[in-house]
Amino acid sequence: MGIFYAFFRDEARKKNGTRRQRQVSERILYNLLQVLVVMAFAPLVSGVTSRLKEMLQSKRGPSIFQPYRDLWKLFHKDEIVSEDSSWIFRFTPYMVFVAPIFVTLLIPVLTSYPLFFAFMGDMLGGGFVLALGGFFATLAAVDTANPYGPIGASRTRMVGFLAEPVFMIVFFTVSFVAGSTIPYIVQQKWVTPIANFFAPSHVLLVLAFLMLILAEGGRIPVDNPSGHFELAMIDESKSLEYSGRGFALMKWGGQMKFFVLLCIYLNVLVTPWGLAKDQAFAGVLLAIPLVLFKIFCFVLVLVLIESSLSKLRLFRITEFLGAAFVTSVVAMIAQLFLA
Amino acid sequence: MSEAAKQLVVNLNALAAGLFLLTSFGIVAMRQARGCLQLFIAQSLLLAASAALLGLRFDSGHLYGVALVNLISKPIIVPWLLRKVASAELYTRREIDQVLNIPTALSIALGLAIGAYFLGVPLARAVGPEYVGPNVPIGIAGLLLGALTLTVRREALPLLIGLLAMENGAFLAGISIAHDLSMLVELAIATDGLIIVFIVGVLVRAVAKQVGTTAVGELARLREGPR
Repeated sequence: MGIFYAFFRDEARKKNGTRRQRQVSERILYNLLQVLVVMAFAPLVSGVTSRLKEMLQSKRGPSIFQPYRDLWKLFHKDEIVSEDSSWIFRFTPYMVFVAPIFVTLLIPVLTSYPLFFAFMGDMLGGGFVLALGGFFATLAAVDTANPYGPIGASRTRMVGFLAEPVFMIVFFTVSFVAGSTIPYIVQQKWVTPIANFFAPSHVLLVLAFLMLILAEGGRIPVDNPSGHFELAMIDESKSLEYSGRGFALMKWGGQMKFFVLLCIYLNVLVTPWGLAKDQAFAGVLLAIPLVLFKIFCFVLVLVLIESSLSKLRLFRITEFLGAAFVTSVVAMIAQLFLA
Repeated sequence: MSEAAKQLVVNLNALAAGLFLLTSFGIVAMRQARGCLQLFIAQSLLLAASAALLGLRFDSGHLYGVALVNLISKPIIVPWLLRKVASAELYTRREIDQVLNIPTALSIALGLAIGAYFLGVPLARAVGPEYVGPNVPIGIAGLLLGALTLTVRREALPLLIGLLAMENGAFLAGISIAHDLSMLVELAIATDGLIIVFIVGVLVRAVAKQVGTTAVGELARLREGPR
């Protein structure tokens, strides 16, 4: 964190009086713009994914705007809450919805320089905030006493605690290689000089993080996002009891979480190009289509992965995440071996 | 070659070596014999890439030779030989079992890879200033992981692949230490590997014919009469 404060202090020293104030207000504005972008485009990513998946199976598939229509419909429906549930059940949708928004404030979505709220946490902090949303979703699934809820909740925890050490090693390796876990510093590390991009630790981290995204996002080798069979569900069964507005918030929150994970993955680890470098408004606006293009390319890869693999049996998930763990550790020792 | 290009080549070599280490882990953990073979092919390709990149870095024709020999013998001739002599084992059976379960085997493998650091780094330091990259520790790790594959597997073909992976590991370490090995040595090593493949392949076929299985781990005891 020390480097980060120094960064801010130097920035502050460079500028004087009113100009600095204007820049601070711009940074707050851009930060809010980031949140709006994440909120607005997260359902689109999910829509494009499902459409592309259907197209790969020679079907036509729903419109890419279907998730927006779903959200609209759900927001206008009545909400039914079980009498036996506690406050956790009512509180959870807001938590799930707000957690990714908080993380958005911390990470580079559109700009390559830190924005106003970015001092509040590094990548590790963002991970914790996302995990908090997941934690509440798990509690709420147990809360209703619906028999399928706890099954899904315990399975999510299983995947979660297997993914946790991998996350830890990935962050350790990032801080070992780049000397920091603050995303704005890390993303510069891979591209200057360009030879760093091909360092084994970087490429292996990218691989390990991809496997983590598949596991955390409930994607196919781990979980089937489009499955409707309650006994086989992992991620989806946690929101079974929700309806109306609560369900809409859970869904939207889940889509935003995925979007935020992709932003961390693409903007910090894989392709740290195409972000706005200065404070000009046009540059920040231009960054939006570029980021969406990157995400589209990732979605293409994701759809290929999802269509060519089958879902793993529950106890094989250990091996999948074991492979992710090995990849991240190899990333770390490859860096050691270089020295 | 400019300094930046040199750095890029060195990093690409390190990347090939890092992925090489990952494939070694894969060979320890893979369930299918065929998957093992594919990982071995990938490993050999990475070895060839590493040799070619080191050749580029040090302007050494011999290393290009190593790359070429590896490119021809391991990814092409070894699978072809195995297909000829033991195709049933490779292409019809799916799952093979292990002495240890996969997470345990992987944890041991991780321990070995970290141990290779302590073995390899002093060795690499002894080579001198012309040595670059992580080849020696990763090569030693590949050697140890191949040995681990030999220990935990109970089927004949993955055992063979473990043996070949050990050879790959030794090769990866060797090419970074000796930049101009004579071509004769390279060819000898390459043909040696092929002869091993051929002999073990014939042996596997004979075992399968006599006993009806290739799970050689179960053939440890002598027994009279029908199985």
